[in-house]
Amino acid sequence: MRLVILITGLLLTALSPAWGQDAAWAPAVPKASGEPHPEGNAYMRRWHMSMMKHDRDLTMYDGERGVNASIGECFECHAVKDEAGQPVTVADERHFCRSCHDYAAVKVDCFDCHRSTPEGFEEPPHQASLGRGILPTLPYSAQMAQVLEYLRASPTVTAEARE
Amino acid sequence: MTCTQKPAAPTRRDILKSGAAMATLQLAPGVTLMAFGGSEAQAAADAGKRWGLLIDAGKCAEGCSACVTACADENGWKGKGDAERDAQWIRKVTLKNKATGRTSELPVMCQHCESPPCVDVCPTGASFKRKDGIVLVDKHICIGCRYCMMACPFKARSFVHEPVTNQKTHAPRGVGTVEGCTLCVHRIDAGRIPACVEACAATGNGAMVFGDLRDPESEISRRLAEYPSLTLRPDLDLNQGVRYAEI
Amino acid sequence: MAMEKTLYRELPTTGPLWAAAVLLGAFLLGGLAAFAYTHHHGHAVTGMTNQVVWGLPHVFAIFLIVSASGALNAASIASVFGHAPYKPIARLSAVLAMSLLVGGLAVLVLDLGRPDRLIVAMTRYNFSSIFAWNVLLYTGFLAVVAAYLFVQMSRVPYGWVRTVGTAAFLWRLALTTGTGSIFGWLVARPGYDAAIMAPLFIAMSFSFGLAVFILVLAALFRLSGRKIGRMMYRRLGGLLAIFAAAVLYFTAVQHLTALYAAEHAGIERFILRDGGIYTWLFWLVQVGIGGLAPIALIYLPRFGNSAAEPILASVLVIVGGLAQVYVIVVGGQAYPMELFPGYEASSPFFDGTVSAYAPSLTELGLGLGGVALALLAVGVAAKVLRVLPTNLMDANVPGND
Repeated sequence: MRLVILITGLLLTALSPAWGQDAAWAPAVPKASGEPHPEGNAYMRRWHMSMMKHDRDLTMYDGERGVNASIGECFECHAVKDEAGQPVTVADERHFCRSCHDYAAVKVDCFDCHRSTPEGFEEPPHQASLGRGILPTLPYSAQMAQVLEYLRASPTVTAEARE
Repeated sequence: MTCTQKPAAPTRRDILKSGAAMATLQLAPGVTLMAFGGSEAQAAADAGKRWGLLIDAGKCAEGCSACVTACADENGWKGKGDAERDAQWIRKVTLKNKATGRTSELPVMCQHCESPPCVDVCPTGASFKRKDGIVLVDKHICIGCRYCMMACPFKARSFVHEPVTNQKTHAPRGVGTVEGCTLCVHRIDAGRIPACVEACAATGNGAMVFGDLRDPESEISRRLAEYPSLTLRPDLDLNQGVRYAEI
Repeated sequence: MAMEKTLYRELPTTGPLWAAAVLLGAFLLGGLAAFAYTHHHGHAVTGMTNQVVWGLPHVFAIFLIVSASGALNAASIASVFGHAPYKPIARLSAVLAMSLLVGGLAVLVLDLGRPDRLIVAMTRYNFSSIFAWNVLLYTGFLAVVAAYLFVQMSRVPYGWVRTVGTAAFLWRLALTTGTGSIFGWLVARPGYDAAIMAPLFIAMSFSFGLAVFILVLAALFRLSGRKIGRMMYRRLGGLLAIFAAAVLYFTAVQHLTALYAAEHAGIERFILRDGGIYTWLFWLVQVGIGGLAPIALIYLPRFGNSAAEPILASVLVIVGGLAQVYVIVVGGQAYPMELFPGYEASSPFFDGTVSAYAPSLTELGLGLGGVALALLAVGVAAKVLRVLPTNLMDANVPGND
């Protein structure tokens, strides 16, 4: 029974309007280029990690390179550009992954090994010089920054920025 | 207990069918639809193959390091000039016969053993051998204990001593994990030959041959059948995928 | 002479005890700082390289882990071999064994390239790896010795103590066999690849662990104002000399065997004659200071029988022991592997050359932090648990006749 509640809860979370247009506290997910995922955004948000883990094992152990959910291709569409029009690395808090992960206080270590920008872009050494923190990304301060940002910004702007 | 609808975790089927850009490579495991021109390679690891290299030291030119440079460019492991700590997936070794004084040169990299000591000693199973014989590190579960580096008889592995950026998409590498020659597995899966072999051929020396050791018709197998060759540290009986001739 | 019953009491709070705790706490913080620094910058800031991949942290870790097994000597002698005079110190013996193991493991874990993935090491096992077996041996040792301490401290029939004590004794032999085999099973390197590593490590554990035990016992008694009789010191000192001799014996067999094989002539020449720092460490510190000197100190009658002797001998054994582990771990890697027998090899990746290794301050800090953690844990345990007897004067120790 508890399992049922949990699953229902997860389902509700996944489909919840918190991800939709009118939640003022949702993270501002940067706009992507290219075709949308056929699975839909809600599905990607809920399952991207499982898809990437599944496909990473297919690639690494079985050599299947044609997989769909490969981290290498994320940034073909999900590269956030800085003022100079260059893709930002994960060291920048505007980075696509960080926009949600900072908010959710979920630390990923993908980018200790994987590049966080499209192939071909010369990443500045800045990211490496940050080193590795012992603590996970500071969830509280990051979240507070988001909240403050939302409080300052008008809801229409954030809604636009989100999709 | 009644069952509610579970949100379905994505199955392999879902993932395969999703995405317009997705090319279906396989009908079933082992059945390949695509063929790659000019190479014996095919997409995906194939248990029926055993990839190997034959290195002819007689043709390996003195002072030439085209293979090393090509590997560093291809896989993005160029260091910062700290020779003791920079990664070295492949290196040129100069040999001098103690008895005769004759010198020769040859490249040494991961030997892709059939019984790899690094795989035996790895506590988490991060060191693994793909079914086509390529020895790799699963950096997702490497804890950076370096026991594989203690165990490798060929000094083929390096430890990443500093945070890195600007990795190649096809060659992820990161601080605190161990790495080594992948036999350019990303190229092999795309039907291409390793960068070092390609570069060696481009110099005209042609000291490196890549191919399937299980296929008696492959160039590498034919040459191995014809000329004498050896593996390094034959006393250890590791049956490496990398063979040497004319040392 | 009427003999009092052995009473176990928590350590009283004394000024020197607090001072010791603060000192150890400072070292512990230093160790944590060293870890944070290394973790932030990567191992580039240590002295370790792609040639010498295990350095000073591993020397400390292995020394502590090996000593952990040996710290259990006193308890084993009491409950497995039934020697009554060791019974009063059996509880401390078990506590020290656990503490040293925790200290050693902390160093080992904090030196990993990805210490954040410790959970991976605990959940994924490659059973062909002796390292993976060691993870189980170490955690199992903690559990078995904890149970051993529990039966010692609870009112259960003595048969229980003997049974659990025997299990702990066998487990510690397995543990040290596993630790020695980390090196003994490495076929690649000429300095390792020898079955004698396992018994050598067992002998080392007996010796180093007892030395640490003697020092900790003496220190805790001194800090709490309790007294130890001369007989206890004599007994422990005599045992230490025997164990130190056993280490020398296995070391001799190790090198004589290797000397006999022409293929190992190179590494033997390196360690025994031409290795510079490693040769000095081997002959002067390991064999001289850590082996012959403590044996002479204990056995030569003209040095008398003062209590200071076993304490000094223990210090010497520990110094020699650290040197021995250093020679095994670092010396074994510094000597180049022979990829091409019959050829002189050279390369930009240091083929055919002896690798340099200069330990950094961070590595020393991490190692000492582990030592501090172990000692602090023992102190805290003795402060909150009844593991230390109030009196170890000869008249109060059972079986002194």
